[in-house]
Amino acid sequence: MTPSTTLRLRTSAQPRSTSEPPWVRWLLITIALLFLSFFLFVPLISVFAQAFAKGFGFYLKTLTDPLAWSAIKLTLIAAGISVPLNCVFGVCAAWLIAKFDFRGKNILLTLIDLPFSISPVISGLVYVLVFGAQGWLGLYLNADKPWFPWLAQWLNEHDFHIIFAVPGIVLATIFVTFPFVARELIPLMQAQGRTEEEAARVLGASGWQTFWRVTLPNIKWGLLYGVILCNARAMGEFGAVSVVSGHIRGKTDTIPLHVEILYNEYNFTGAFAMASVLAFLALITLILKLWVERKNALLKTTNE
Amino acid sequence: MRNIISSKKKRVLPGFRLTLGYTLLYLSLIVLIPLAAVFWKTSTLTWPEFFQTVTSPQALAAYRLSFGASLLAAFINAVFGLIVAWVLVRYNFFGKKFVDSLVDLPFALPTAVAGITLATLYAPNGWIGQFFAPLGLKISFTRLGVLVALTFIGLPFIVRTLQPILEDFEPEIEEAAASLGANRWQVFWRIIFPTLTPALITGFALAFARALGEYGSVVFISSNIPMKTQIVPLLIMTKLEQFDYAGATALAVVMLVFSFGLLLTINVLQWWTNRHNTSNLS
Repeated sequence: MTPSTTLRLRTSAQPRSTSEPPWVRWLLITIALLFLSFFLFVPLISVFAQAFAKGFGFYLKTLTDPLAWSAIKLTLIAAGISVPLNCVFGVCAAWLIAKFDFRGKNILLTLIDLPFSISPVISGLVYVLVFGAQGWLGLYLNADKPWFPWLAQWLNEHDFHIIFAVPGIVLATIFVTFPFVARELIPLMQAQGRTEEEAARVLGASGWQTFWRVTLPNIKWGLLYGVILCNARAMGEFGAVSVVSGHIRGKTDTIPLHVEILYNEYNFTGAFAMASVLAFLALITLILKLWVERKNALLKTTNE
Repeated sequence: MRNIISSKKKRVLPGFRLTLGYTLLYLSLIVLIPLAAVFWKTSTLTWPEFFQTVTSPQALAAYRLSFGASLLAAFINAVFGLIVAWVLVRYNFFGKKFVDSLVDLPFALPTAVAGITLATLYAPNGWIGQFFAPLGLKISFTRLGVLVALTFIGLPFIVRTLQPILEDFEPEIEEAAASLGANRWQVFWRIIFPTLTPALITGFALAFARALGEYGSVVFISSNIPMKTQIVPLLIMTKLEQFDYAGATALAVVMLVFSFGLLLTINVLQWWTNRHNTSNLS
């Protein structure tokens, strides 16, 4: 046996001095799994168990209810608008922060993170204060001499509402999912540096060509993951949307709000049936995350 | 080398003005201007009015519950999160990969779903609650329920901040300590734990901040009785439903100021964690 193989054997067998005795190991694993069972495994199983408690027929009936459909549609609209907008913003902000040096960068980073640290209820409240009847928009519409009188008149005539209507729900969703894509891309692009893009520019590529052909292929998995997270939150947001929605059934109900209504009507199985749709979405999110991580690891090893 | 070049020359890459302009515009429209509305609305209250709203007995009870339960939940998560992260990084067992990916579930699962699920599970006739009911322990619809929901919400933060640090930890340090006669317990407390401390505190702060603002899951598992099981976000919601916008905003300002402070602390902590780790490596 050569010295190098003995060395390798020893590290792979983990010497006793840097590992715990087996009983400690098993104890710690048991504690960890018990803790996670109480908070993760059992809740996840129970969502689906409760959803099918009254059989598959009832499950289908709940999901194909017209009110449920309108909730699903509104959720898709809100996510469909907020995710692309925040995606464009995320790429833009990440390019700015990763590719350039300027003063106030740290402040900008903190401001981008801001929506994460604000309670969802306050996120909704903020838009009520801007667009509500007692807010800025209300003041504008009721003003004696508003700026742009034609605009105020048009808004009044068309009975245009943001709060307790679909635009408010979309805005609140944009607010709470604001940082997701940017948060995912900024560290990634910072780690990748600027040399590749600079080389492309020196070789004569235009700005857009550099972005599409050099930057985008490098960040595509990170971008996809950011979009997945953003979408999961957009479809599942409850607090902020609940504040601005006004709970008009069939009109301003998203899936999470519909879950709440069914639950408060003591239709528990129905509530869990709707909830299982969102839980399923969460599981898909986790699976996609694993897949993206594997792709990222592959990309890293091929680059090296 | 790269730094020297880019700082001396003018910018090679295009789009600085475009991206800066768009980032600032979008940030202002979506986040900053609407947030300013909160402070504008509070200014319609006089100081005594503002003070009276934010120190009413109901508000004080809500702060106590929100802060107390969030701190306790973050503490529970710090203890168990450390064990979970340790087990996931150091040991091998069946289904480890699966367990590892499920840790992120509280991030991905909508809060309303978590709320109704936990409320049903921990109710006296629920799957988990039935074992505690004979002991006279009610969990759902009490303060304990609030604690359960907030623990669920904060679970991934500590595990995910500790994992990379534990993975990067070099075994040579432990080996050196062991060869110098330290037993396993001493190695953990004197060598490993101090290295983990900054990350542990960061994770604690993140979990605490998240728990403080949480609404969706708590509203289902708590009975929402004023002075007893009402958290601050719920109190804001109640005021909104009564069209007491000024009162809701006053409470929101208190929460916002606290969140900003916490965010600042977390950023400083993260900077500290990074510096701590790089100085360890070099």
